[in-house]
Amino acid sequence: MSDLSTLQIVWFVLIAVLWIGYLALEGFDFGVGMLLPILGRSHQKGAAGAADTEARKRVMLNTIGPVWDGNEVWVLTAGGAMFAAFPQWYATLFSGFYLALALILVALIVRGMGLDYRHKVDSDTWRKRWDLAITTGSFLAALLWGVGLTNIVYGTPIRPNPDVKGDYFFDGNLFTLLGVVPLIGGLTFVGLFLTHGAFFIALKTDGPIRQDARALGIKTGLVTAVLAVVLLLAINLRHGSLVSWIGTVVAAVALLGGIFMATKGREGWAFLGTFVCIAFAVVAYFGALFPNAMPTTLADGADLTLAAASSTPKTLTIMTWAAAVFTPIVLLYQGWTYWVFRKRISTKNIPAPVSVGK
Amino acid sequence: MDVLDLARWQFAITTVYHFLFVPITIGVTALIAIMQTFWHRTGDDHWLRLTKFFGKLFMINFALGLVTGIVQEFQFGMNWSLYSRFVGDIFGAPLAFEALLAFFLESTFLGLWIFGWDRLPKKIHLASIWLVHIGTVFSAFFILAANSFMQNPVGYTYNAQTNRAELDDFAAVLFNKVQLVTFPHVVLGAYMTAGAFVMGIALYHLRKQALDKGPDISMYRKAVRFGAIVALVASIGVLVSGDVQGKVMTEVQPMKMAAAEGLYETRSGAPFSILTIGSLDGTAARPILEVPGLLSFLGTGSFSGEIQGINDLQAADKAEFGNNPQTASASYVPVIWMTYWNFRLMMGAGFLTMLFAAMALWKTRGQGVVTSGMWKHIAIWTPLLPVLANSFGWIFTEVGRQPWLVNGLMTTETGVSTSVSATSVWISMIIYTLLYGALAVVELRLLLRYIQPGAVPVEAPKDPADRADDEPFVFAY
Ligand code: HDD
Ligand code: HEM
Ligand code: HEM
Repeated sequence: MSDLSTLQIVWFVLIAVLWIGYLALEGFDFGVGMLLPILGRSHQKGAAGAADTEARKRVMLNTIGPVWDGNEVWVLTAGGAMFAAFPQWYATLFSGFYLALALILVALIVRGMGLDYRHKVDSDTWRKRWDLAITTGSFLAALLWGVGLTNIVYGTPIRPNPDVKGDYFFDGNLFTLLGVVPLIGGLTFVGLFLTHGAFFIALKTDGPIRQDARALGIKTGLVTAVLAVVLLLAINLRHGSLVSWIGTVVAAVALLGGIFMATKGREGWAFLGTFVCIAFAVVAYFGALFPNAMPTTLADGADLTLAAASSTPKTLTIMTWAAAVFTPIVLLYQGWTYWVFRKRISTKNIPAPVSVGK
Repeated sequence: MDVLDLARWQFAITTVYHFLFVPITIGVTALIAIMQTFWHRTGDDHWLRLTKFFGKLFMINFALGLVTGIVQEFQFGMNWSLYSRFVGDIFGAPLAFEALLAFFLESTFLGLWIFGWDRLPKKIHLASIWLVHIGTVFSAFFILAANSFMQNPVGYTYNAQTNRAELDDFAAVLFNKVQLVTFPHVVLGAYMTAGAFVMGIALYHLRKQALDKGPDISMYRKAVRFGAIVALVASIGVLVSGDVQGKVMTEVQPMKMAAAEGLYETRSGAPFSILTIGSLDGTAARPILEVPGLLSFLGTGSFSGEIQGINDLQAADKAEFGNNPQTASASYVPVIWMTYWNFRLMMGAGFLTMLFAAMALWKTRGQGVVTSGMWKHIAIWTPLLPVLANSFGWIFTEVGRQPWLVNGLMTTETGVSTSVSATSVWISMIIYTLLYGALAVVELRLLLRYIQPGAVPVEAPKDPADRADDEPFVFAY
């Protein structure tokens, strides 16, 4: 074993939990956003079709309406926790992946604005523009998170800073991040979130859209399963550990199980399948990462280890108390929100668009 | 420009922009919660209409506060990696606490409030908006604790082994004496901003209704008075806390106080100039109107107190900090014209807001209404002035801290990221600036569009039990 303290290991695990929360929850928000132009399209023709298309899109958006902002906070917490528990990780990672992260932020901004503003003006052009923002924002964010997180685990050119004692920095640029495995990682995340989003819609809606979502989720799920296996094998062959292998196996079984349940029309189980798959893919990632925060690919570099990146025991202790008290409370009220909005939504629930003074 | 200048510009642009929306969010959630509570207590339909009207305006504003906040969360690591590594042991915790205690609360209960009108029991729905407000106050508390550490680092020790500042006493960090005055000042400033927001918009409609003999005069009069009272009461708190802040600042950052006046020579009974013409570099400044002893009073609480001048402070700092690369700087003097003018603009904007609020209260007493053209201008300026005051205040605070990133511990120069190129920062800065600019235009147009129709009549929300499953929602995306 490495020379890590219990608290350091606890915080590594907690950060993994925060990323699981983020990817498993925001993952279906991204999926819904990406599926908007596909599942939103009506089967009917002409004017009736146009109205039905709009109603379907609104049904989709309303499945995530009350919860997407709360889901997004998981990544803010993950970022804050990385800063507090492993400052050098936060510093090296976010400055190293600078442009990729800036693009993610732009994607999150335009997607968020789209969700908040789309319904505010009753005009087709207005809605079309925000639809584009939501769909491309969701796609770009999903893709880049996949590329970024895969890079962390797979390894990047990290070296100690000769000028500042204790500092590690990233010796590359945006293109350094575009290796084959990270790109497969990006595509896998996109596929996984598409499937997750489709099963979420199947679970939360009623009417034709429900059937369409289920059928589509099965197709994207099968493609994703192939990608995911290639990706996780590549990672395990390089950095595999017992935990990462277990994560990989559980993730694969959960995904296939979810697809199978979808073919049986069991939407709740299908959604649970993709949820567990995402969670255990994160377990595989973090299992492969341990005991590093960021492994290096440079012969003359050095891995940034968790031990070197970590805060003091005092800070970790305070943070542990806060996490122990507040995380369950957050889970309770977030869970309760899902309960409040548990009913399926159909096009009948969609009110007329708001029209504010011209 | 080098990476340092670019990173500073980027931080300034994105943070000032974020803070245009934040005070409105903090304050307006409280005002909406109060309006909705009035409606519950009295059943007066006017308060329901006002709740919904300002609720819509608030959501338009909130969207931008939210998306620009995401950038803030990651910026320290992106552009200030050496800073993040140096203070992360202390500075990271408030940020993590903010997300865990504040952002979750805010975003979850806001979702419940927006979508819950006919899906939650009335009382729980009301509690939701109060919880949103509590979340925003928590958020302000933690982020200001982080910022206060930069103004006045406490509760840490320097560890030479790890070459960083390490946490010693978390309570000292959270209850830093700078924080204890900054937090009330900022939150009260937010209430003032929100009071002015409500007052200005209601005033615009009151005048319109008075001119057209509309049916809603009494509703808008209520709203004007409500907003004006909040703004006035809060502004008194802002004044008092600002006064205390000046004393704390003089103690922990004497250079900032000297820079606020452009006071070069140490003196007792230092005057405060209202305006100055000519350059502020200590050679040819000509104050137009001076209040004797006022600077001393602001800084020390006594009109004859001694305020240290820039020249003495520069010499002392040079001797104390000049030898360590992390604290060495050619000059320890901030950009004087920035501190001088921003300080005055902040206060001036605040006093004008108070004046307008007092005038509106006087005018609307009894059955009073406003009609003259002057009130249209007041209606437009009242919401803007405190927003501007907030920006001026922050620019003063942050520019006045320079050249320090963490006062006395680390210069801004030594905190910038190691692996980020100037090209990268140029790219991100151009993208953010264009995007933020475009969003500002969209948001402003949308706000104006939603302000126009006013607080239109609304249906009372149904009990969730009486709602059929396939009935249309009261609110939907
Ligand atoms: C509605 C907005 C508003 C108004 C009317 C005022 N302020 Fe203010 N002020 C702020 C909003 C603000 C702020 C944006 O919230 C700042 C920036 C940082 C901070 O602590 O609060 C600030 C900073 C700030 C500081 C700097 C603190 C530091 O750097 O440590 C001082 C000394 C004052 N204020 C004092 C005053 C006085 C004496 C005022 C009235 C005459 C006043 N402020 C009006
Ligand atoms: C929301 C209100 C805030 C505003 C409007 C604001 C404004 C500014 C401005 C104008 C600068 C540029 C100063 C200069 O370089 O001359 C700056 C710098 C900076 N501020 Fe603030 N700030 C705010 C809050 C904060 C908070 C809460 C923090 C920390 C938690 C913070 C940390 C910094 C940092 C790291 C820099 C960059 C280094 C520097 O140039 O000083 N600021 N800010
Ligand atoms: C530079 C430091 C800052 C950081 C890192 C930061 C971070 C953030 C983030 C991530 C959000 C979005 C939260 C969400 O998703 O709901 C946000 C919103 C918010 N921030 Fe900031 N912020 C900064 C400055 C400030 C300051 C100085 C204050 C208050 C004094 C403040 C108060 C708020 C509030 C009340 C919100 C919620 C309302 C809204 O979204 O408009 N922030 N901030």
